[in-house]
Amino acid sequence: MAYIEARGLRKTYGATVALDGIDLRVNEGRIVGLIGPNGAGKTTALNAIVGLTPYEGELRVLGRDPWRERDRLVRDVCFITDVAVLPHWMRVTQALDFVTAIHPRFDRSKAEAFLAKTTIRPAARVRELSKGMVTQLHLAMVMAIDAQLLVLDEPTLGLDLLYRKQFYDALLEDYFERSRSVIVATHQIEEVQHVLTDVVYIDRGRIVFNRSVEDVESAYHEVFVHPDRLSAARALNPISERQGVGHSVLIFEGAERAQFAALGDVRTPSIADLFVAVMSRAQGAAQ
Amino acid sequence: MSTTAVEIPAARRLYWSVRRELWENRSIYLGPLAVGGVVVIGFLIALISLPGRIRTASALGERELREVVEQPFLIAALMLMAIEMIVAVFYSLDALYGERRDRSVLFWKSLPVSDLTTVLAKASIPILLLPLVTWVVTVATQVVMLLVSSVVLAASGISAATVWTHVPLLETSWINFAHLVTFHGIWYAPLYAWLLLVSAWATRAPFLWAVLPPVAIGIFERIAFGSRHFVTLLQTHFLGESPSDHASPVTMEMSMDMLYPPTLGHFFASSGLWVGLLVTAVFLLGAVRLRRVRGPL
Repeated sequence: MAYIEARGLRKTYGATVALDGIDLRVNEGRIVGLIGPNGAGKTTALNAIVGLTPYEGELRVLGRDPWRERDRLVRDVCFITDVAVLPHWMRVTQALDFVTAIHPRFDRSKAEAFLAKTTIRPAARVRELSKGMVTQLHLAMVMAIDAQLLVLDEPTLGLDLLYRKQFYDALLEDYFERSRSVIVATHQIEEVQHVLTDVVYIDRGRIVFNRSVEDVESAYHEVFVHPDRLSAARALNPISERQGVGHSVLIFEGAERAQFAALGDVRTPSIADLFVAVMSRAQGAAQ
Repeated sequence: MSTTAVEIPAARRLYWSVRRELWENRSIYLGPLAVGGVVVIGFLIALISLPGRIRTASALGERELREVVEQPFLIAALMLMAIEMIVAVFYSLDALYGERRDRSVLFWKSLPVSDLTTVLAKASIPILLLPLVTWVVTVATQVVMLLVSSVVLAASGISAATVWTHVPLLETSWINFAHLVTFHGIWYAPLYAWLLLVSAWATRAPFLWAVLPPVAIGIFERIAFGSRHFVTLLQTHFLGESPSDHASPVTMEMSMDMLYPPTLGHFFASSGLWVGLLVTAVFLLGAVRLRRVRGPL
């Protein structure tokens, strides 16, 4: 069963089209990165998936209609749509008490283990914590919920580098331990790169790119081309070209990797570089 | 290998949702406690002259004596009822508005507690919990007042029985209980449900939105039809002629009797009660629906 199945998903706010017919399928055991510029529709898409917003088109999450069956769905789907939404009056222990009492899938000891790695005092109120600590607390609680689907919208906003790394490592570790799927929207592409199994680029409410990381590795090649061989390389139709130090960096789509070896060093493009390449092409095509 | 999680009973979700309201809104018990404290301190000061006043009043007659002894206890009860209403009104106006303003509604909605459970938990605060808390504080306050006045009177050679006969604790407590629960809680439920509805709806200034529509309807009716049925309806329901208010406060002397509850039969037979509860249900369902649809501000 697909964990998320969207067909022709549309959402408009008055005259603004936030989602313009999205088709997306997320199977069990995937970690999907939803990547796109500001206002691309990432948050709207995630809100539709967790049943916070009504939509047009077809959408099933864990086999349910997220808008109509939200109360049931929210037991199996865990989400952070925004960090910094923890109630400021709440104490850390109260937050843990409450979630322990009402969430059938919450493992308190696990949340406490996460918190032990931070400097958060259990007796502290949320308003006394720094922005980063509030996020740490929220993530600690979310990671301790054994949900089938984890939906994260910019989960590491405001966190320092060390903790961001720690969080994604924990996410990955957790992912190997059980069958779940994660969909994460973020700007910090480089940091999620090594945890993703799938990459989805979204722009102006449409999905412009949707590939598994394996696909990306076999289908996209980044070649460091010496100026001498640049014209030969350009003849092979790169999807993007940028200037490096003493060489040009060209990204090619399709074909065998061996074919480019003669032009220079070949490797898999980073998700960030690929994103820029795909986006500028998509935006060029749209204009 | 999805693990089957233990089912969590609805009652537990409701109980914890109510607890969470108490964590957030400490005025629910601090308000009545503070007023109880102020009343006791005021009473301690008034105790200095109590023996003298009792001697004077007993010379005048039984009615005057009763008034002198009973009055402070009645004032204590009325003060606590006043704070109960103030806390209830402000609580209700903020209950579904505040969580959208500070965006914490996104956190609450990420947890498996339905909008219905949340709204019911919030509605139970002004309709049930605040009257009960206020009652407990009232009894405690009056017990303290009875004890210290007994000691002071005994010390000045007046029998402590004077207070205990004029303020029969059990009966007084029952009167307070019935008045708070039936009148302040259940009879006023439509008011609190209305405030919760506005709180779920307003994007700003919930207080204005709560007050303006009834005023507008009243004015509109007066201008369009020259009548004032709507205003009269609100007046009779909330201010007078409720079964709890069988005598008008103006013609009745200030005594514990004015809080005397109606008989249960009289209360439950009143159509105002049932219409009020129906209106309450409609408003609350509206609030549930709005909480579902509305996002953070």
